[in-house]
Amino acid sequence: MLNAALIVFRETLEAALIIGIVAAATRQIARNGLWITLGVAIGLAGAVAVASVAGQIGQWANGMGHEIFNASVLAIAVAMLAWHNIWMAGHGRRLADDARTIGSSATSGEVAISAVTIAIALTVLREGSETVLFFFGIFAGARVSVAALVQGSLLGLLAGAIVGVLIYRGLMRIPVRHFFAVTAWLLLLVAAGMAAQLAQLLIQADLLPPLVQPLWDTSGIVAPDSALGTLLHAMVGYEAQPSATEVAFAVVVLVSVWLATRYARRHVAKGA
Amino acid sequence: MHAFGWARGADASARLPMRVMGPVAALTYGLIILMRSIIIQVMMTPTHAPLDFSRTLRKKRLVQPLRIGRRAAGIPASCLTAVLLLSAVSRAEEPAIEIKIRDHRFVPAEIEIPAGEKRLLIIENEDATVEEFESHSLHREKIIAPHAKASVYVGPLKPGRYEFQGEYNEPTAKGAIVAK
Repeated sequence: MLNAALIVFRETLEAALIIGIVAAATRQIARNGLWITLGVAIGLAGAVAVASVAGQIGQWANGMGHEIFNASVLAIAVAMLAWHNIWMAGHGRRLADDARTIGSSATSGEVAISAVTIAIALTVLREGSETVLFFFGIFAGARVSVAALVQGSLLGLLAGAIVGVLIYRGLMRIPVRHFFAVTAWLLLLVAAGMAAQLAQLLIQADLLPPLVQPLWDTSGIVAPDSALGTLLHAMVGYEAQPSATEVAFAVVVLVSVWLATRYARRHVAKGA
Repeated sequence: MHAFGWARGADASARLPMRVMGPVAALTYGLIILMRSIIIQVMMTPTHAPLDFSRTLRKKRLVQPLRIGRRAAGIPASCLTAVLLLSAVSRAEEPAIEIKIRDHRFVPAEIEIPAGEKRLLIIENEDATVEEFESHSLHREKIIAPHAKASVYVGPLKPGRYEFQGEYNEPTAKGAIVAK
């Protein structure tokens, strides 16, 4: 039972953390809770659909279907998070001013939040499909009692959700002055971590060379299977022994999105 | 299964990497152009206007080819394409190593491969439950559906012992790759 709880917890953690960060980052946008719930619902439906055809996906591209599918999902999620950050950099201040003067008319943030809705849906889909597959396995022929496994899984799900709520609460305590800078950087790090995972999948499928493997080894400082390592991996894609290709992907996303947000802040804010 | 037009030989180890490279390079290129047009559109949309893609589409931004030098986005796209093509050229095909998952155990549980070389593992899950092939030291994680096969590349590795597990059945599903 505890084994099942741990497995489900690990699969849920990443989605829960991202939802928590996004929920905080979009606090000034009207009805953000609704948009996020919509993303989770679409993601869950997608997860069941993907899990039910997982066998077929696995057969694509000479057995590299999962890598290509997950890499595509990650690529879109990275693009959506990048888009949200760039849009908020350009329009965030205007949005906050409007909210203060006109009251509850801050509906124009729908553009930015629809992007994170897609990002959430894709994250839930990717992580959720593995959890759903695990559930399928429970019913298909587990040796241990089904009830214990289901209880364990629910416990894991609950633990994942609690971590998501904790990060949300923690972020909401940050003073408004620094709040949007902190959440924007967190989302950018999440996107960069996703880009590194994308690179890892393409290396695993042998579509990209690992170049220098490993570029560095920090497993002595933060072991990948320690609690902190797991948390950092789920949040920002921490790897103790990353290859140069993964680091390059993360750095390219980090720098290009950062430059784009700077550009947006200067040009759009003045022009609008 | 001939989904997406990828040919599958009778032997799964007989891969046709170039057939995969083409679509991946095209997909990457397409994604970069799409991202670029999205960023341009986001820049141009005033706070209260709904997002209107027809404007960018009318300017044919989506179909306009990237120009290296003028268009900064072209540089990462071409680098990536070059890397993909290079990796295709440098690939040496070696016979695949087959591993089976039976009763939540890896058979064989220990595999030897030459150090400094890349090998394709074909893992067949004979169980009715899903398994995830996972290894921190090998840097690999791959879900394997019940009664399905999955391919995973490992290496090139430095000499040493690299352990792997079945994440969903860790007490029994253990194995290692020894690079010599």
